[in-house]
Amino acid sequence: MTTQLPPGIQLEKIDDRIMTLNVGPQHPGSGHMRLIIKVDGDYIVSCDPDPGYVHRGEEKMAEYRNYIQNVPHLERPVIHDSSNILYPYCLAVEELLGIEVPERAKYVRVIAAELNRCIYTLYWLAIYGIFLGHSTMFMWPAGDRELFIDLLEAMSGARVTHAYLVPGGVRNDLPANFEERCLRQVDYFEKRLKEYQAVFYKNPILISRTEGTGILSRTDAIRLGTTGSVLRASGVNFDIRKKEPYDVYENLDFETVVMKEGDSYARSYVPYLEMFESCRIIRDAIRKMPKSGSVRTKLKPNPKGGNEEVYKRVESGRGALGYYVVSNNRPEPYRVKISVGSFRNLICMPYLLKGELLGNMPAVYWSLNYWPVEADR
Amino acid sequence: MSTIAPQFRLSRFIASLFDIIFWVLLIFSLVGLPIVFIVLFYIKMPIINGQMLTPYLAMTWMADPSRTLPIIKTLLHTTFFHVIAFPGFGFAALLAAATIFVERKFLAKIQLRVGPLYCGKIEGILQLMGDGLKLISKEIIIPAKADKPIFWVGPLLFVGTAGALVSLIPVARGWVVANPSVGLLAVFATIGFFPIISVLTAWAANNKWTFIGGLRALHQMIAFEIPLILSLLSVVILTGTLNLSQIAESQQHYWWIVFTPISAIVFFICILAELERIPFDLPEAESEIVAGWLTEFSGMMYGLIQLGTYLKLYAFAGLFTVLFLGGWNGPTVWPAFPADIITHGITIGPVTAKIAGLPLFDQDMLNGTLWFVIKTVGVILLILLPRGVFPRIRIDMLLHTGWYKLIGLAFINIFIALGLLYAGVLGPGGLIQ
Repeated sequence: MTTQLPPGIQLEKIDDRIMTLNVGPQHPGSGHMRLIIKVDGDYIVSCDPDPGYVHRGEEKMAEYRNYIQNVPHLERPVIHDSSNILYPYCLAVEELLGIEVPERAKYVRVIAAELNRCIYTLYWLAIYGIFLGHSTMFMWPAGDRELFIDLLEAMSGARVTHAYLVPGGVRNDLPANFEERCLRQVDYFEKRLKEYQAVFYKNPILISRTEGTGILSRTDAIRLGTTGSVLRASGVNFDIRKKEPYDVYENLDFETVVMKEGDSYARSYVPYLEMFESCRIIRDAIRKMPKSGSVRTKLKPNPKGGNEEVYKRVESGRGALGYYVVSNNRPEPYRVKISVGSFRNLICMPYLLKGELLGNMPAVYWSLNYWPVEADR
Repeated sequence: MSTIAPQFRLSRFIASLFDIIFWVLLIFSLVGLPIVFIVLFYIKMPIINGQMLTPYLAMTWMADPSRTLPIIKTLLHTTFFHVIAFPGFGFAALLAAATIFVERKFLAKIQLRVGPLYCGKIEGILQLMGDGLKLISKEIIIPAKADKPIFWVGPLLFVGTAGALVSLIPVARGWVVANPSVGLLAVFATIGFFPIISVLTAWAANNKWTFIGGLRALHQMIAFEIPLILSLLSVVILTGTLNLSQIAESQQHYWWIVFTPISAIVFFICILAELERIPFDLPEAESEIVAGWLTEFSGMMYGLIQLGTYLKLYAFAGLFTVLFLGGWNGPTVWPAFPADIITHGITIGPVTAKIAGLPLFDQDMLNGTLWFVIKTVGVILLILLPRGVFPRIRIDMLLHTGWYKLIGLAFINIFIALGLLYAGVLGPGGLIQ
């Protein structure tokens, strides 16, 4: 449109219409990351996620510590899912060092991992609630998290950073009467979960707000490489606990939760339903667990790995979490590469937010099950 | 639990209080009183009831209730008192403060928390005072590129407009600050100021978040003002008056919510939207636009906005009470003032005092105020409840609700009201004259 315009009349430039918003890192709805969002009126034209504000060099740090010293700092990226982020590391190191894990330890690990998955999911759900302006849904999961935190405290001695899973098993055996206490709390928790449904998931405003927003189709979900609940909410039946079972998951009775819609509602509903499955797993594991026995294989002091490499992955609260560990005949690993679900799910955010209303930004963003600290590592 | 004064001793505290009282009395009697008397000696005093006003006479006012009460009674009926204290600002601010406390405790109970607990020993009852002190003591930060005069005047305008709304609410028969014959129109006009204030302050702050928030506030308030006005129209049709006192008076036998329930619901939803409360708190949506049009306010400027918000909350709840719940009407539950005190006086030990000017408030007014407060508090609790239950809705749903659903519902009730009127159920010869 370079034609002559009448004097005094100008055409509106596209840049005049579009406003660039810097959402984060000091924004109540961003977390430790930044989203550069361009809006036209109330519609999002483009979204450019900018992670990296909490990069701590975990992978490099792992190269200067031996296999056991690496345990406490590797759980730092997701302190409220610390068992699951240590799980693949322990599996990989056990294979590198050729350690056999006692049978009871495998069950205890599964219990710890599922308890931790519930803790993570409740925390995530609390923030999802407050992102949508539902303050009750912030307080309830944050309060019910204490049930599992207390259990893990009884198991490991620490409330948040447990460092409970170590190469060769778990750090210490379960306390006395743990089984009854755990079952009691899980029973109570399932009752509470049903109340969540009444107040949150069946809420007409929530349904009308999240249904049909940020739809990720099945093919796009696979093509963009998403994992975990995001992938399962788009109709892909993929759970590493089922597909590549590790430890004793193949003996346990549970199902994969899959939803077909692929919208924000499905992405927020799948982790909720998975908490029921976690409760099932915990019950089953407590029933099938050997009642006594060793829980930790004694290691040599300062064990050395061979000249080999291992990749192990597990299903964490945010999807597939893999560790690629390379050793070269030294007590320290040569290279540790962590592949996390958060970062993979972040990739589809620009795709989902394009054309959405600004009001949908928190609903879509947090339904991706993204944890900024883990993504930066 | 408190760590503010670990060395606190109650006995020393009381002793220090006595100390202070002693010194104040000493200084007042040795220095203050002589100064007062010297001044009074030189000033020509007015003559009241045939007596010259002397310091002695002034002192008897304090000691003799039969001289004091008529003065107080006159004061109670001045416009000054109406504006400052009873049906006006003081009463509304007291109810607003109680609302904030109740809201926090109420929400805490829903969310399985305890709420404010430590400040003021009893269930954190002084938390609001602590918060107020904090806000007053905080620095007021003005953005460098803000339009300073408008930015400064925004919170004041907001409180002023909310106060204007409060002044139109009749609390008891004859107890209202401003009683124009078109009171309801005045309410509409006052409500119309709020979006202007929001947009002005949002624009003046020169910030993207305030800008988006201000525009959202504008959209929301205009979308809900029209159903709000329409929903009240059915009450106006039934009563035939715009005067709020007369509307309240007309509900002695039946409340209008009986005949116009749809209007009441529409009006209630509009209240939520006008007050920017959850689920309609889009202009302040925290996770989307930080704090919306309030983003740049700090210190007492934010405190003033909060004060205005809660005054507005009280005003709307009072409006709902007056229009739909019968205002001050209700069965007489307040006990009558004992008549023998007026005729025979009060006997305290050997002394019998006959006090002129009792009772200060008549029974009708106290009873009316009691009913008004009960109903208003009920409505306020209903307004607070959605905050614990609902998430925030989206702007497109909000506009759809306002422009489409609520306007339709309001019209339905207008037709119902007209039908009732022409069928003779209400109006001349009907249930209510």
